[in-house]
Amino acid sequence: MFDDFFIRALVAGIGVAFVTGPLGCFVIWRRLSYFGDTLAHSALLGVTLAFTMEFNIAISVFVISSIIALILIQLQKKTNLPGDALLGLLAHSSLAVGLVVIGFLTFIRFDIMGLLFGDILAVSVNDLLIIWIGGAFILLTLKFIWKPLFASTVNYELAEAEGLNPDRAKAIFTILMAAIIAISIKMVGLLLITGMLIIPAAMARNLSSSPQSMVIYSIIGGLLSVIIGLFTSLEFNTSSGPSIITAALLLFILSLFKIKQSIKLKN
Amino acid sequence: MSTDQNILVKLNDAGLQLNNKWLVKGVSLQVEKGKIVTLIGPNGSGKSTTAKIALGIYKKIDGSVEKYTNKVGYVPQKISIDWTLPLRVNDFMMLTESLNKDTIDEALSLTGVIHLKDKNLGDLSGGEFQRVLLARAISKKPDLLVLDEPVQGVDFTGEIALYELIKKISDELSCGILLISHDLHTVMSATDHVVCLNGHVCCSGSPMDVAKNNEYKALFGEQASQILSRYEHKHDHIHTDEGEIKKD
Repeated sequence: MFDDFFIRALVAGIGVAFVTGPLGCFVIWRRLSYFGDTLAHSALLGVTLAFTMEFNIAISVFVISSIIALILIQLQKKTNLPGDALLGLLAHSSLAVGLVVIGFLTFIRFDIMGLLFGDILAVSVNDLLIIWIGGAFILLTLKFIWKPLFASTVNYELAEAEGLNPDRAKAIFTILMAAIIAISIKMVGLLLITGMLIIPAAMARNLSSSPQSMVIYSIIGGLLSVIIGLFTSLEFNTSSGPSIITAALLLFILSLFKIKQSIKLKN
Repeated sequence: MSTDQNILVKLNDAGLQLNNKWLVKGVSLQVEKGKIVTLIGPNGSGKSTTAKIALGIYKKIDGSVEKYTNKVGYVPQKISIDWTLPLRVNDFMMLTESLNKDTIDEALSLTGVIHLKDKNLGDLSGGEFQRVLLARAISKKPDLLVLDEPVQGVDFTGEIALYELIKKISDELSCGILLISHDLHTVMSATDHVVCLNGHVCCSGSPMDVAKNNEYKALFGEQASQILSRYEHKHDHIHTDEGEIKKD
């Protein structure tokens, strides 16, 4: 069944969408889209290391992104630079270092476009396993930390005062962000992963009135984007990442009409 | 000792320093089951900071906090909720603990906002939101309630009713309450113990004692102290800008 590359891509994309849906909601709620970008850019470094040491890409990306996240937290504590400057610093320097390292690795042929924008031809059965097992693990962990994470997203002091340990939830969430980037890099490409996280969630915000419904709409939006995007990619021979994100954008635009309607109803 | 078992939270000479400036210093107080302890003091005197120290929100503090319960309900003074979250009153009620429908309905009815249950949190007025905050804090039947200006923005009749409710909750649940309030009349009538802050503990004791205290008079003016009878007591120190105490 998984012999056909397109079926593999589809199954992989569906797996990714189930995870990016809920995580994307938190990225929007906690204003972490630039943080996601930073982790994704640092993923290039992870990929190059994986190639040099002939190591699994997803695990290598996960490790490097987690390290970058830790460095960011330390820099935030120890410097007076604003958060967005630190994020920019880490995002661009890790991307640059990654590209320089690629320059040195002349003995390996790199498909840079595939890395940056995703390549459905590259999804192997092994990747499917990583996406579905890793994805299930991410979702289970998120379910476990949902309450403290959500409560501290609404108000940190309330969560802390009422004994929910929000700092631990935040640290775990950071690791989950690194994990989703690691498992979705082949599908969407590292430049567009944040789009996969925030665009379906942004669409869902326009349609929902409670956190739970936003998560569900976000998953549905992600699934539709993947399916529409991959069929387009197959049909017109476009890169998979941009096709999926464009489909997500179209869904977002459609969701704007729903807002217009409800504003009209209110008035 | 039985009195010790009743202690819910205890501050031992606690203080907080931020950017080399003391926000509050040397506060010792304790909240016991079924008792209402009220913090009073002018703006910037460290009332909210003291409450947050008691709650364990600040980690790097001077002195120590002993907290004997994790069942805490908190109504913060300022709450900045991000309206990018689609959040209804009902979702907000279950923020830190899952509750069943009856418990939520009961709490919302007590504070008079049951009709707002399905409304979006962002659409509430200040007073309505304050009532929801109070309902959320009491709904989980906590051992310790920390209420920082719980009736701000609530209309006059509502204010009295809510203070009566707070008193009733303290009796019924026999929970301890740490209250911050500006309303001296309420403070004097419903409180077991008053702590008057001005960067440090100015004076503390029963409402009667505090009202008679000269430092209290110096802080709040003659009029405030006339709420209760007078008692002469020599003021023996002044306060510097850093909250230090200088003896005359």
